[in-house]
Amino acid sequence: MDTFPIPAHSNLRSYLLEAKYEFIRLWRTPSFALPSLLFPILFYVLFGVILSGGRGGAEIARYLLATYGVFGIMGSALFGFGVTIAIERENGQLEYKRALPMPPGAVLIAKMAMAMLFASITSLLLAAIGAFAAGVELAPWQWLALFAVNVLGVLPFCAVGLLIGALVGGSAAPAVVNLIYLPMAFLSGLWMPLSVLPAFLSSAAPVWPSYHLAQIALKVVGRDAGGPLWLHFGVLAMVTVTCFLLARRRLAASR
Amino acid sequence: MTMNPPAVLAELRGARKRDGAQLALDGSDLAVHGGELLALLGPNGAGKTTAIGLLLGLLDADEGEVRLFARSPQELAARRGVGLMLQAAELADTLKVGELLDLTRSYYPQPRSVADCVALAGLDGLLGRRYGKLSGGQQRRVQFALALCGRPRLLFLDEPTTGLDIEARQGLWKAIRELVADGCGVLLTTHYLEEAEALADRVVVLNRGHVVAAGSVGEVRARVDQRRIRCQSRLTADEVSRWPGVRSAGADHGRLEIVADVAEPVVRRLLAEDAGLADLEVQRAGLAEAFIELTREAA
Repeated sequence: MDTFPIPAHSNLRSYLLEAKYEFIRLWRTPSFALPSLLFPILFYVLFGVILSGGRGGAEIARYLLATYGVFGIMGSALFGFGVTIAIERENGQLEYKRALPMPPGAVLIAKMAMAMLFASITSLLLAAIGAFAAGVELAPWQWLALFAVNVLGVLPFCAVGLLIGALVGGSAAPAVVNLIYLPMAFLSGLWMPLSVLPAFLSSAAPVWPSYHLAQIALKVVGRDAGGPLWLHFGVLAMVTVTCFLLARRRLAASR
Repeated sequence: MTMNPPAVLAELRGARKRDGAQLALDGSDLAVHGGELLALLGPNGAGKTTAIGLLLGLLDADEGEVRLFARSPQELAARRGVGLMLQAAELADTLKVGELLDLTRSYYPQPRSVADCVALAGLDGLLGRRYGKLSGGQQRRVQFALALCGRPRLLFLDEPTTGLDIEARQGLWKAIRELVADGCGVLLTTHYLEEAEALADRVVVLNRGHVVAAGSVGEVRARVDQRRIRCQSRLTADEVSRWPGVRSAGADHGRLEIVADVAEPVVRRLLAEDAGLADLEVQRAGLAEAFIELTREAA
């Protein structure tokens, strides 16, 4: 006999509300929402539309449409996970929520949903600018595929962000994320083609996960370096799983 | 149906937990029943946080048994009977009070209505305000509302009145007493011994991972059979402290203050040696003295 009958309860509403309030929280934090959404847009307008005008402009705009998409979604995933996890771990919020009857994984799932939502917004804004201001022409499947790459591409960077958030404190996290984010974007050819970089940097690009996501996006628009798709997917899957497992171990050990 | 004794809602049996090289909890027993408030007392590092962490499933015991509603605290179903207020935890400060309530209520199968939460915790006019913009006392009230919003059968209250003014503290005490009268079990940790004295049905004193005393407030107080004597006298604390039967003596705002095992012989000698002695007062030791004595003995 069960001494303490506790009524059954569906978790679905908790998952939905957790995601909704995670979004509201980020939306009300301008220091996160503004740079995550505006930087890739501003850069794209500057380098893809204004400075690339003239000969070969549409080609450059097409390349940058793919790479700024990756740049943008990488930022919201790294910051949305790395910084918020670090802060919530430090101020006791994660522990409080773990003690509450919150359904398992709700915090992580909510943050992942948010990263995907921010990625969708970034992707749609870039596509609109590309199509209407930069003269990028793509087949419908290419537009769709690019959107899918951007939304699903947040996963490895969520995992990297989670690991950063599990390792460093709340005040150090933004600096650590920037230290990883900006050089990695540059060295993966997200701001300018790798051919512009010195050979020793461009040949090292495949060590960065962002390089592989960018290559998938570039393959969609026909501007990739020719590496096999399975390799790019394989590297991204490995990064995702490794970082996630390391982060989980670290979070469990800090109990 | 016969009346059963109040059910054990949460318990530790011989729980042992190592924290690095130190034993944070060394084979301790603890049980919280329905309709009772159990105060868990002890100096910092005594093992209170570890005990709560075990009962909430935040920590795993190295040895012994931890049960929450006759289940493992790791089970979601067990924690659905629990509400909690953690002193150290901050909440999302960009969310409004009503939004925090909405989210926390969703974790529970039969939550209290928002109106009930507002009334019980005194949140009038706060629902639309952002948590981060509230005063410390208002934030405490919100935390209390979140603790009781799920209609829990067991409440964990960790230093619930820290930072509250007297009126707000009395209000919270009243609400806690009402919940206990309704059959809710409460595990309270507090630094305010007068709070434990005012609210607790039972007290457990922890020191260095051991339970050093357990029982009703009266029983624990009786463990330390001491009297406190105060008076105006020309005698100095220094000379009185050397008298037999005197545990300690000191001066407090110009008055002599003596702690003694038995009051009468000391009072007799005081009156004999100082004919001008005035303002004499004799008191039983309170929980505070018992607490200091118990945790010192064990150290």
